[in-house]
Amino acid sequence: MSTTPKLRLEHVTKQFAVRGSNDTFTALDDVSIDLAAGEFLVLVGPSGCGKSTLLDLLGGLSEPTSGRILLDGRPISGPGLDRGIVFQQYALLPWRTARANIEFGLEAKGLPKKQRRALADDYLDLVGLAGFGDRYPHELSGGMKQRVAIARSLAFDPEVLLMDEPFAALDAQTRESLQDELLRIWKETGKTILFITHGIDEAIYLGQRVAVLTSRPGRIKTIVDVDIDRNVDDVRSGEAFRHYRHEIWSLLHSEVERARDLELGTATEEVEHV
Amino acid sequence: MSSPTATLTRPVDTEPAVVEQTVVATDPTKLRRAGRRAGALAWKGIKPAVAIVVFLAVWETAPRLGLVDEVFLPPLSTVLGSLADLITSGQLADHLGASLSRALIGFSIALLVAVPLGVAIGWYRPVAELLNPILELFRNTAALALLPVFVLVLGIGETSKIALVIYASTFPILLNTISGVRTVDPLLVKSARSLGLPSYRLFQKVILPAAVPTIFTGIRMAAASSVLVLIAAEMVGAKAGLGYLITASQLNFQIPAMYAGIIAISLVGLTFNGILVTIERRLSRWRPEH
Repeated sequence: MSTTPKLRLEHVTKQFAVRGSNDTFTALDDVSIDLAAGEFLVLVGPSGCGKSTLLDLLGGLSEPTSGRILLDGRPISGPGLDRGIVFQQYALLPWRTARANIEFGLEAKGLPKKQRRALADDYLDLVGLAGFGDRYPHELSGGMKQRVAIARSLAFDPEVLLMDEPFAALDAQTRESLQDELLRIWKETGKTILFITHGIDEAIYLGQRVAVLTSRPGRIKTIVDVDIDRNVDDVRSGEAFRHYRHEIWSLLHSEVERARDLELGTATEEVEHV
Repeated sequence: MSSPTATLTRPVDTEPAVVEQTVVATDPTKLRRAGRRAGALAWKGIKPAVAIVVFLAVWETAPRLGLVDEVFLPPLSTVLGSLADLITSGQLADHLGASLSRALIGFSIALLVAVPLGVAIGWYRPVAELLNPILELFRNTAALALLPVFVLVLGIGETSKIALVIYASTFPILLNTISGVRTVDPLLVKSARSLGLPSYRLFQKVILPAAVPTIFTGIRMAAASSVLVLIAAEMVGAKAGLGYLITASQLNFQIPAMYAGIIAISLVGLTFNGILVTIERRLSRWRPEH
């Protein structure tokens, strides 16, 4: 590839000090991934694979111990509106209506009020919530809240969308419909998406590529190219889908076992997250 | 009870008998249901007043029937008459004005000092951890216990009374502001920080609105205790004020006037609380309880 990748993780390592000793705990070890512009990449890993650490690094909320993270070829320095984060627990401001929540990021961007409102309504429409703009978060279902959160992160037009297990708290039906919605939105907006999950089906269904992470320390084990036709009915039951599921399951399974052994071995060890 | 539908359908064919029957059958139940609904609605309007009306009725009748000594507990009508006299003579306005100005000045100063201070302390976690024990100690030291100290240091004039009100209202506001700021959902803070919001914006747009409900609980507690403390202080030493009115009336054996003063205090407390509850509702309309 001649063009620079949209998002590049270059030998990213993150270590934390272990409380009460001089040892360090390695959360992420030499992680390198490239995301092409407009790509949908899914990270899947067992617990303890450093997902949240990675997200903090990408969000600019902490810095890697070594290695670099490049966005459009430039190293990221601190948080910014060039990355939008969608959290598992929505993170909507409860005192703001759906529309005002979407406007929140636009305020940070410094857009005038009229434009903010128009954009917010556009994005409410995009996520299928036209007419719900005046509802407060507590008046919305979990799935609707997450739609608002997605709209909020898209509205300020970030270069990449980072999604941290966004559908994990939803029921199965809502999750599937939101997965379809997300694919539709991705196609409509052409955004580069980095999606973190621990669901294998979700990873295969959404990702063009699925990166499997190891645990303790988090490393990239393999990157699987997913090539399935998502336009057929019940994609998840297809031959190709099952093949990928088995492949990724086998890759993950050994990691899950290893993670459990490690957890039992180090249950007494406390880790200080700085 | 001739319903129009029944008369209309009658000439058509054999059906009308059935139709009429059902109409006749449903009408009274509908009426009864409507009646029940109206009754429920009326009860909803009346319910809050019932206990008060009973209480006032007992107050009126007990002295008249000789169940209690009329000298020590005059009937409500006598007390209200005395209240009317106090209002027309302008005495009540003077006492009320004296009490309210003390309460409002003290309360406002406490508000202006305690909210920003609480925000600052809450924001800097180590400071909060350092100061919390001493603040708890102050809060739990009954303000009235300090009344002699205030009088000793500041004299018996306005200063000591206002100072006491400030003291009594500062701690509830301060402690609630601190805990309000400290208990903001860290995910909201994280999410706002990831948008690259500068600290003061984060504060204005996330921390403060999130803390408002907790701060308001403190404000209401402060309002209640400021009135309480002020009345007590006025009873001990003052030349005007509702507290003074009550003790002075008692000493001069103007018992109805004493009760009139007590009623005035209740109304002041209710009004104070009502205003604060209204503001609180307006500020926290987004919460599921409302």
